[in-house]
Amino acid sequence: MTEWLERHIPKMVLAPSFIAILVFVYGFIAWTGWVSLTRSKLLPKYDIVGLIQYERLFDSPRWDTALTNLWIFGGLFITTAMVLGLMLAILLDQKIRVEGALRTIYLYPMALSMIVTGTAWKWIMNPGLGLQKMVQDWGFENFTFDWVINPDRAIYAVVIAGVWQSSGFVMALFLAGLRSVDGEIIKAAQVDGIPNWRIYTAIIIPSMAPVFLSAFIVLAHLAIKSFDLVIALTGGGPGYATDLPATYMYAMAFSRGDIGQAASSAMVMMAVVFAIIVPYLYSELRAKHD
Amino acid sequence: MTDTALHTNSRSPGVIVLRWGLFLILGLFALFYLMPLFVMLTTSLKSLEEIRTGSLVALPREVTFEAWRTAWSGACTGIQCEGLRPYFWNSVILAIPAVAISTILGAMNGYVIAQWKFKGANFVFSLLLFGCFIPFQVVLLPMARMLGLLGIAGTIPGLIFVHVIYGLGFTTLFFRNYYVTIPAELVKAAKVDGAGFFRIFWSIFLPLSLPIIVVTIIWQFTQIWNDFLFGVSFSQAGTQPVTVALNNIVNSTTGVKEYNVDMAAAIIAALPTLLVYVVAGKYFIRGLTAGSVKG
Repeated sequence: MTEWLERHIPKMVLAPSFIAILVFVYGFIAWTGWVSLTRSKLLPKYDIVGLIQYERLFDSPRWDTALTNLWIFGGLFITTAMVLGLMLAILLDQKIRVEGALRTIYLYPMALSMIVTGTAWKWIMNPGLGLQKMVQDWGFENFTFDWVINPDRAIYAVVIAGVWQSSGFVMALFLAGLRSVDGEIIKAAQVDGIPNWRIYTAIIIPSMAPVFLSAFIVLAHLAIKSFDLVIALTGGGPGYATDLPATYMYAMAFSRGDIGQAASSAMVMMAVVFAIIVPYLYSELRAKHD
Repeated sequence: MTDTALHTNSRSPGVIVLRWGLFLILGLFALFYLMPLFVMLTTSLKSLEEIRTGSLVALPREVTFEAWRTAWSGACTGIQCEGLRPYFWNSVILAIPAVAISTILGAMNGYVIAQWKFKGANFVFSLLLFGCFIPFQVVLLPMARMLGLLGIAGTIPGLIFVHVIYGLGFTTLFFRNYYVTIPAELVKAAKVDGAGFFRIFWSIFLPLSLPIIVVTIIWQFTQIWNDFLFGVSFSQAGTQPVTVALNNIVNSTTGVKEYNVDMAAAIIAALPTLLVYVVAGKYFIRGLTAGSVKG
């Protein structure tokens, strides 16, 4: 008996988590997928009627805005954070005496809640009392910076706050990547008299491809899940000019009482994440086995 | 690359100019990252009058802690005007058990997956790992119903439950990747000596685990403290965590807009995680990179 127990303890320890994940992740995904195929409105219904929720979704101008915003926000957020992060990492890599302090400063926003970040930037970008007024008071009367209340610009305000929050983290990833490049190769290149910028563009950066991929995955993931930042900064507005799929889903689920729409939009978000994550995980796991 | 940094030792004028340019750029970026914190802090110490008449980046002419007092114990989140205090404590009593439970479970899971492999253990790990990446929107609706069925909808135990479940993937990942580096011979030798599953964990693995425990606790604490989505979806008046209360204060439409109170409240909500970052930044960064670069 004790021997049997001893042999099966590892399984029994893992079992509760396994069951929890099975139910609360995979079971719940299945539930949401099922409900997205029904006519559920205020309450969930379970008779499958096909893809009407998805048809409604893609007919909805609000969802259209949310998806367009995701591409705009995601594209700009990922590119800017990557470029900025790589640049800062390379600059910090030049034997700077105060590197530790600068790193700490660049990275601290990552410790903040997106709600705090959104609150701070909402105040800074407040047209009446924030940056716009400050620059106007300096004598530039025509200066305007009203992005948070301008429907055509508000999504770019979200990009600014998002980049502020996450670029330091990308910097840390790249810095770790830079430091793990083989020093011997670099030394050899230096001995050969190859200029530093060539060493970066021809040797170091190409060898960091995996770091680029990781940074991209993390940022893409952050962009798709971005919810708090939009809520705190613009509340999805003006109107629904800064709606993202995440805020659309939340509005349908909890304020509009449209469970079918909430479920189908959540499934689309899931599909977008899958499209990015699955090839990545697959290649990672394969690389491990080779 | 520590001993082969890319700079020459020559001190020609060109190099000196380049160095100064480098410092200038790095300094400007430091200002960019610090500016919001500076603005939050100075705004929170000003009176409303001074905010209206002065400049965004000016230091307060007259420092007042009135906004801090209001933010802590008087600001309105909708109809209630008790400040951030009750919600701050909600977050504390929510985060402590949620962090503790998910860390302990993650340690046990990681220990099994890394050192007590059985058929299917890797499959379980893949399932867990994948759970880290799902957009939580996809579980919000069924979870809301499940919490209702369990009778813990809108309660703090309900939120703890949610955070433990969806934190498991990462905590298991952290411990698994750490324990996988410990040679399997250690377990074999201990088994020969008659030690069992828990004994080996307790006297061999746990003493080695301090760094990863710190990383995991910091990661989980930051995640849970800063969470908004679960907090806003699964709480009700009175059980909201601090992030939800902060958002309610900032967006409350009653009365005069008190920007200084908003800023003080934002700093209060940010203080615990900022403190953790300042005290244990090294571990914070390790968690971040471990969470993104899978080992």
